[in-house]
Amino acid sequence: MLAKIYITLKKDVLDPQGSVIANSLRSLGFNHIEDVRQGKFIEVKLNTENKETANKQLNEMCEKLLANLVIEDYKVEID
Amino acid sequence: MKSHVIVFPGSNCDRDVAVAIKNISGYQPQMVWHKETSIDQSDLIVVPGGFSYGDYLRCGAMASTSPIMQDVVKKAKEGVPVLGICNGFQILIESGLLDGALMRNNSLSFICKDILIKPRNQSSVFTKNAQVAKMPIAHNEGNFFVTSEQLKKIQDNDQIAFQYCDESGNVSEHSNPNGSLENIAGILNENKNVLGMMPHPERAAELAHGCEDGKTIFESIFN
Repeated sequence: MLAKIYITLKKDVLDPQGSVIANSLRSLGFNHIEDVRQGKFIEVKLNTENKETANKQLNEMCEKLLANLVIEDYKVEID
Repeated sequence: MKSHVIVFPGSNCDRDVAVAIKNISGYQPQMVWHKETSIDQSDLIVVPGGFSYGDYLRCGAMASTSPIMQDVVKKAKEGVPVLGICNGFQILIESGLLDGALMRNNSLSFICKDILIKPRNQSSVFTKNAQVAKMPIAHNEGNFFVTSEQLKKIQDNDQIAFQYCDESGNVSEHSNPNGSLENIAGILNENKNVLGMMPHPERAAELAHGCEDGKTIFESIFN
């Protein structure tokens, strides 16, 4: 089973990298940029087909290590 | 006087800290490899700077799961003084001993320069002799952040150890090198026996360094 984890900065946390990317995109002529936020994407391959077990463990992984909950939110998707 | 310096793969200030401790206390600290699972009786544990685990995932995140960190956390909770410098500060935050997060510098640049810090707390084992001091910073992720509730908690509990300041001791946006909230350069835990700081006192600890201001932190611990 393949899980996809998206880690993003919380809405009220400034993202200077996102701002620089937004400016670069604007300078390339993309004139509809309102805002850019940068995050992380992690794929985890699990050796179980039990979605409930997988979901529980993936959430624990995010809370214990993969995300820093002071500044980041996470979202888990299972195929 | 027994002290211990934790060594992770990628630590690079471990020996500088050991030299500073030896020079100031007269006792050679014991170096502890991160795969060890326990530390002997200790009067000071230092988590040094560097790039543990190549800063993978987030600075300090991997190191915080190293076997030795379980005992560092246990010893810290028992009251043993624990000092985290630079990457060591990041590791202490990731291990849950200190509040907040250290984000990328707001300039998006690695900053390596001398700065000035002003003690805000002057009662902890680390800061009781502290005055405005000059020492270097060298980091890419030193931009301290906490939620507004956590900020209030650390302010009310006198947990802010140091703030970046100018030569007159004024704490202002101008003297903030990296965007840290409230110019915070170092914080203490609730019991004030754990200090995390981005500036490097061990790199300003003898005349050959050009500045000895960092000595006061170690002297404060050992006296």
